[in-house]
Amino acid sequence: MSTQYLAVTFTIVLAVATSVPLGRYIYDVFSGQHTWLDPIFRPIERLVLRASGVDAAVAQDWKRYSASLLLSNVVMWLIGFAILELQGHLPLNPDHIGGMEPTQAFNTISSFVTNTNLQHYAGETSLSYFSQMFVITFLQFVTAATGVAACVAVIRGLAGDRLTALGNFYVDATRAAVRLFLPLALVVGVFLLWQGAPMTFKSALHATTVEGAPQTIARGVVAAEVAIKQLGTNGGGYFNANSAHPFENPTPLTNLVETWAILVIPMAMVWALGDFTRRRTLAVVVFTVMLAIYVPMVAIAVGQEAHGSPAIAAMGVSQTAGSMEGKEVRFGSGLSALWAVSTTVTSNGSVNAAQDSLTPLTGLMAMIGMWLNNIFGGVGVGFLNMMIVIIVTVFIAGMMIGRTPEFLGKKVEGREMKLASLALLWHPLAILIGTAVACAVWTSTAHPDAALGWLHNHGPHGFSEMLYEFSSSAANNGSGFEGLGNNTPFWNISTGLVMLLSRYIPIVAPLALAGSLAAKPAAPETAGSLRADTPTFGFTLWAVIIILGLLMFLPVAVLGPLAEYLALH
Amino acid sequence: MGKELRHAVAFTALTMLLFGGAYHGVLWVIGRVAFPAQAEGSVIRRADGTVVGSALVAQRFVERGYVHSRPSAVEYDAASTGPSNNGSANPEQIALERKRLQAVMAEDDVKAAQVPSELITASGSGIDPDLPLAGVDVQVSRIAAARHVPAARIRSLIAAHADAPTWGFLGCARVNVLELNLALNEAFGPPPTSH
Repeated sequence: MSTQYLAVTFTIVLAVATSVPLGRYIYDVFSGQHTWLDPIFRPIERLVLRASGVDAAVAQDWKRYSASLLLSNVVMWLIGFAILELQGHLPLNPDHIGGMEPTQAFNTISSFVTNTNLQHYAGETSLSYFSQMFVITFLQFVTAATGVAACVAVIRGLAGDRLTALGNFYVDATRAAVRLFLPLALVVGVFLLWQGAPMTFKSALHATTVEGAPQTIARGVVAAEVAIKQLGTNGGGYFNANSAHPFENPTPLTNLVETWAILVIPMAMVWALGDFTRRRTLAVVVFTVMLAIYVPMVAIAVGQEAHGSPAIAAMGVSQTAGSMEGKEVRFGSGLSALWAVSTTVTSNGSVNAAQDSLTPLTGLMAMIGMWLNNIFGGVGVGFLNMMIVIIVTVFIAGMMIGRTPEFLGKKVEGREMKLASLALLWHPLAILIGTAVACAVWTSTAHPDAALGWLHNHGPHGFSEMLYEFSSSAANNGSGFEGLGNNTPFWNISTGLVMLLSRYIPIVAPLALAGSLAAKPAAPETAGSLRADTPTFGFTLWAVIIILGLLMFLPVAVLGPLAEYLALH
Repeated sequence: MGKELRHAVAFTALTMLLFGGAYHGVLWVIGRVAFPAQAEGSVIRRADGTVVGSALVAQRFVERGYVHSRPSAVEYDAASTGPSNNGSANPEQIALERKRLQAVMAEDDVKAAQVPSELITASGSGIDPDLPLAGVDVQVSRIAAARHVPAARIRSLIAAHADAPTWGFLGCARVNVLELNLALNEAFGPPPTSH
């Protein structure tokens, strides 16, 4: 068991250590510096921009930047929806899979355009190879790049002095996709291939087992998709079992690389912030605050899973590897607990074990990761969420000590606070109202088990299944308590709408906020300024994240995972 | 607006070709050239070329002469993978665990304390190819009896097939059940069928 703690620590240290140089690389790419990968990837970047007819020299203000972002996403949504509907008539479909049911396709395309990757379908039976490639994997690159682009634009706004423009959306998105995600995905993809992830256009394998029974083994272009689903905080698996499937995650080494790939870019974005604003100490403060929430969550989760299931302990069965329901032998419970927390704090949403079968408090940690949604967070957007909380913390701290609230030398005023509040309040509203509506539908339906059949588990855990689904949608996470029978029009449409609103409100509001801050003059910091790059501010930020982020969720946490925990013990 | 729309459509089309098409093409070629066996799904074939399965995918074993795989929530259906999604307090889950435990205790004539939880819980994928060493150990005397082979010879074969954690600490010690059963057949011939 002690080796599991060592493996968990090693994984986190590896991600933190490599995020520092990667952050520098991200800064170099977006500030137009030379990097050693330029000879290969610069020409591809130029090709994409030139062929799209984009003039790289044209800088956009926050409105035009947002408009380009939204319009490109609308186009992707429409084309993707059409492919999902028509996949039965398109090539690369050796297993003869037909078009998707419309509400399921609405949910799926909304999920992938918003970088959520909530899956109300099973990949092996619902998607052709063509759809996996030209909808799923394509969007996993481009939506991740969209998040990074928005983040870079906001950071430019914060760092700038009387700026009117934030950059060019297409230039930023292309750079992120081609020069950040593509090289990393190629390296991770080759590594996964080496370790056993398939990469084939052949149809499913038809075997006759040792005992003579038929077995159909789905395969496909797996390595390519798994690489980017991890790196781009996408999380949508090739197969229904996601990274618990031995084809997606064959060995402890692939598990190490995939866990690393969940964390490294969200972590690196914090260091890139330090470079952009020329305030490394600020990056250190923010990174430390994030670690000071992430590490305790991991510790609780790993400890809880190591304890195993009380019911199994009562049978006298040994649980040396911890709670193993829904987990794979090659990973054990510790690395699955680490994954469960990492994938939810970062809005990735891939899993290497069944979230629904986690012990109650580990399930709570996963939900907390999504409720906060800013501890490293999704690529790009995680930092946007954190920035909102930083602005609020600046405001609160300014009120407490009676100074003008300011961040990076810019005054934070009414307009900024309104935008920050909008982004901040949307998230709990979407989760709590969504869950309340689902509960109301369930309780007002006669014989809901027969009529609706949503809940796989009952009591507090059934409540958690519904709560988790809306938390995952609002956090653009995509993991699920998958026992929930969610491929119904109610869940497809409600979570589809929540995903769309929860993607674009928290992107456009920070862009507007950055546009407004960018236009202000940066006042030189004096002894009287409220400084954000100090331990005192860090501690205040930590407290604000916990209190503001979690207090609203305390009642539902008690009704779901905490009640389940108390009933078990 | 017309120009904006043109940018959006062209950008979508190009990145779709690049990431949906070219990116897959590059990895597919690398797979074909450098890792052909893995790229096809680590297929295991018989001498006559027919497919037994994949080294990475569990299959069902019920005969007494074989090591049995971990329980599967999807009946080892590798075209529809997944877990049970049962919570640990779910009464159905606890009943299932109890039933599986009794089956192992009866079949292998062992006490509950000897049975590792992996043998009474379903895996995350439904096709977990591995068992921990303890999960194979409890099955040895049954296999030895069914095959009329000394248990010590089976144990040494298991030891030869055990995978330690990578670098001594990553992941868990384990045995690939399908590969072990094929090795048993190679060493001692197929078991006399008990059904």
